[in-house]
Amino acid sequence: MDIHEHQAKEILAGFGVPVPRGGLAYSPEQAAFRARELGGTGWVVKAQVHAGGRGEAGGVKVCKSEHEVYDFAKGLLGRQLVTRQTDQNGKGVYRLWVEEATDIAKELYLGFVLDRKSERIMLVASSSGGMEIEEIAEEDPDSLVRMVVDPAHGLVEYQARELAFRLGLKGDQIGQMVKAVRACYRAYRDLDATMVEINPLVITGAGDLVALDAKMSFDTNALYRRPQVAALRDPSQEDSREAMAHDNGLAYVGLDGDIGCIINGAGLAMATMDMIKLSGGEPANFLDIGGGASPERVMTAFRTVLSDPNVSVILVNIFAGINRCDWVAKGVVEAYRAEGLTLPVVVRLAGTNVDEGRKIIDESGLPLITAETLAEAAEKAVAARPKKAA
Amino acid sequence: MAILIDENTKVLVQGMSGRIGKFHAEEMIEYGTNVVAGVTPGKGGETVLGRPVFNTVREAVEATGAEAALLFVPPPFAADAMMEAADAGIRTAVSVTDGIPSQDMMRVKRFLRRYPREKKMQLIGPNCAGVISPGKGFMGIMPPHIYMPGRVGIVGRSGTLGYEAASQMKALGIGVSTSVGIGGDPINGSSFKDILELFEADPDTDAVMLIGEIGGPQEAEAAAYVEAQMTKPVVAYIAGLSAPKGRKMGHAGAIISAFGESAQEKVEILSAVGITVAPNPSSMGQTMADVLARRVAA
Repeated sequence: MDIHEHQAKEILAGFGVPVPRGGLAYSPEQAAFRARELGGTGWVVKAQVHAGGRGEAGGVKVCKSEHEVYDFAKGLLGRQLVTRQTDQNGKGVYRLWVEEATDIAKELYLGFVLDRKSERIMLVASSSGGMEIEEIAEEDPDSLVRMVVDPAHGLVEYQARELAFRLGLKGDQIGQMVKAVRACYRAYRDLDATMVEINPLVITGAGDLVALDAKMSFDTNALYRRPQVAALRDPSQEDSREAMAHDNGLAYVGLDGDIGCIINGAGLAMATMDMIKLSGGEPANFLDIGGGASPERVMTAFRTVLSDPNVSVILVNIFAGINRCDWVAKGVVEAYRAEGLTLPVVVRLAGTNVDEGRKIIDESGLPLITAETLAEAAEKAVAARPKKAA
Repeated sequence: MAILIDENTKVLVQGMSGRIGKFHAEEMIEYGTNVVAGVTPGKGGETVLGRPVFNTVREAVEATGAEAALLFVPPPFAADAMMEAADAGIRTAVSVTDGIPSQDMMRVKRFLRRYPREKKMQLIGPNCAGVISPGKGFMGIMPPHIYMPGRVGIVGRSGTLGYEAASQMKALGIGVSTSVGIGGDPINGSSFKDILELFEADPDTDAVMLIGEIGGPQEAEAAAYVEAQMTKPVVAYIAGLSAPKGRKMGHAGAIISAFGESAQEKVEILSAVGITVAPNPSSMGQTMADVLARRVAA
């Protein structure tokens, strides 16, 4: 789960990371008021969206007057911001973060991620901040410092100190860096994060460290024990279909094709999508209906898939282990009738109670297309697509 | 002999008193699995499915000599149950639980390192379908009838895609020595490499079907092992050819976030070390049949 920059800054500040003073605004008036409240002569107004690349997309501006703050906020709020990390629809801008402008002398990179190779939390830092970590890895790989943290004792102070020296920090900056690094680690560990990124972590003209940007993502499996994190969820930044599916216990990812998929198991779902592609079609979505799929759940899956207007065929592929084919078949027949479907539906059933399931499909009298194998199902789904007008 | 479980393996079920635990334990017993005990804290002294239930894994092991454990424990308590099993001397534990926090698994993996290799528990999963040695026994949630006894090992992340492979092979008359689901989470107890090592050493396994997917470094690690150590043929399939970068495809671990984690890149890495990669998920069985035929001919 992702959160906004201002939320990440607030969390990290609570653990001891220095951040610029700032305030949240939901309207141009409020943005101008925040600027006045902060005082000074320069402010940075930043769109709060769950995506990177805001600066180059026009979502961040350094303003020199309250009027400028007001005008920029007015133009930005309510808009969809399209960045290189969003799709073509972008993300809605409903809140802004207004903070005091910072005098930047140098930009560093500091990140914490789950390293799947060592299966531990890994710290990644670089003296070349300000650009994406992928770019740093390409353009200045020697500047990258990586350290793995042993969960038995956590990040040890000398590791942070060593890092500070390797980044070329001096004097008071060493102590500041040690404090910031340890604070980020504690925030990661204590809140079940999956990513903490400060980019850039800047050295100001006065020589102090400040987190100019902050990003945090969290382990959704741990939200049950982090209610304070769960409360930061912002549905306006989520794909509404994916959110709806998630709330109904389905894993759904929208894609660009026209063949809607309803499958059990993540691996089989991906494999079915691959088979569709290899058969010359394009999947409209990934959907894992999960174990114990009741007729109601199948119905919900149909509704989710059908909410995508691009869908012209539906492919149901179930290999039942803990699922039961007869239940799934019942759900398919009910959904077909209840939704008054006219588009082609291909059904492939295998595993537990497969004969009962096929019988229900055959005896339903509905024009459902059945398939025995994965390949046959994909080919039939591709063939069943309505012919496009020439 | 198969790996991890056979007809003699004494299995205990953590969480056997629960609805789901009881359901699957019953299926396992019906199949012939040697289930000797259940463990549910607070239910010690009771009997479920004719088997004694204990409060702790240690008591169950002392009383019954159980060597393997299947864990039906909800996510908040799953890591603790794994560590309890490891400390009680369980040799193989299978966790089917989906939704365990990553940091809990980090702690479990660190905990397991306290034991020397010969005493270290082999953890399978979490978020997996389990382990089955067809005709002998199983620990998990798979439909056992789709597996035919035979001499090909299966190791995969996905449960249902593993079923797909087993049934394609069965249709071609190819049986399975043992099928192992290592699970779809970013941190799992056993990697592809760990299971390949067991199959390589198993006299009853002639070849291995490896079913990977997008995300993580484990397929590449397996490729390096196959190149350096493995003498038996390996057939692979990698799911997620059409998965976009940066999106989680159902499994917590199925996300392309680094170089080498896409399906295309993994296929290249595996092919480069001589692993035969099935061109599509519908030809996993046929690809295995071809490889076995070539082997006999050679």
